[in-house]
Amino acid sequence: MEIDENKDYIYDAHELDVHEGQIIEKLKANSQKSIPDPDGWLDEDIKRNIVLTSLDWVIDWARRSSLWPVACFPACCAIEMMAVEGPRFDLSRFGMEILRASPRQADLMITAGTLTWKMAPNVQRIYNQMPDPKWVIAMGTCGISGGIFRSGYNVVPGYNKIIPVDVYIPGCPPRPEAVIYGIQMLQKKIAKSKAVPDLNELPNPLKKGKK
Amino acid sequence: MTTALAATEIVSQLSAQFPGAVEEAGTDAVLVKGEHLPAVVEYLKTAAGLKFDYLNFITAVDYYSYFEVVYRLTSLEFNRYIVLKTRCYTRNKPSVLTLTGIYQGADWQEREIYDLMGISFKGHKNLKRIFLWEGFDGHPLRKDWNR
Ligand code: SF4
Repeated sequence: MEIDENKDYIYDAHELDVHEGQIIEKLKANSQKSIPDPDGWLDEDIKRNIVLTSLDWVIDWARRSSLWPVACFPACCAIEMMAVEGPRFDLSRFGMEILRASPRQADLMITAGTLTWKMAPNVQRIYNQMPDPKWVIAMGTCGISGGIFRSGYNVVPGYNKIIPVDVYIPGCPPRPEAVIYGIQMLQKKIAKSKAVPDLNELPNPLKKGKK
Repeated sequence: MTTALAATEIVSQLSAQFPGAVEEAGTDAVLVKGEHLPAVVEYLKTAAGLKFDYLNFITAVDYYSYFEVVYRLTSLEFNRYIVLKTRCYTRNKPSVLTLTGIYQGADWQEREIYDLMGISFKGHKNLKRIFLWEGFDGHPLRKDWNR
């Protein structure tokens, strides 16, 4: 109830009752028709949420957006890898900050460090234990070719001697920016990969006699 | 800071205790004959006033004509250290007596020297390669090692 400036006394009970009655009458007059059920949004939301795309694209998108690296840090590049993981360079911006201690939960191996032949069987075994699909980034010159230890009697001259490598990041050690760039390169590579086999190449039970 | 115990200080004491054990006494190291080494070290570790109860490291040097095994011991109580050396004059299966019975920390370091220098430690219970794998050809820290 609006305050009347000219009135210099307090509203009495009767006046308040009258006002209440007016509100009720007004509401009653405006409420003769029932309001339609609010289901219009349903249609619109379906329009907004269904996207048509290829299965390949979706699978590749999911794979590249949640790369989980396994811990394989045999030497000094590991320090730089820690910097990449830390808050300053913050790898988690790319959905891959969760370093897995178990190869069974990982799909990316960042080989940060020099590898000796004595350690090589174990690294290969870790790689073999990772579930498919899996990728490897060779980080640092040691990972690429053995680096300054290449001519050593006990150093593996490059991880690609024992496991397939997808992306090579040069540097000794590479800058964190370089590592992040390398991971983005890998994401681009994954985006191009074909996840779904050609339907024509799959065995077709409906066609007899043919494959 | 840990100060060096001048070899000249201790050498008379050692010579009195083990006649013929000290081959040479420099200012900073005592050269001990191989067969006396464990006894000398045991003495340095336990004798009152010396108590060299901590083994810092063992290492080995190849001088072509002989191998030298170097030990550094520290007395935590008196804050002093001493360097012992011993030599093997053969390149064919050189060997030194082990210190694993006196210092447990000698275990892996003796294995490392065996692995890379090919000096064997008599009395070591588990003397096998530690950095390289079984079947590796030769001992790579020897000066005459070539692959
Ligand atoms: S590339 Fe350089 S920083 Fe990386 S492991 Fe090799 S030596 Fe260390």
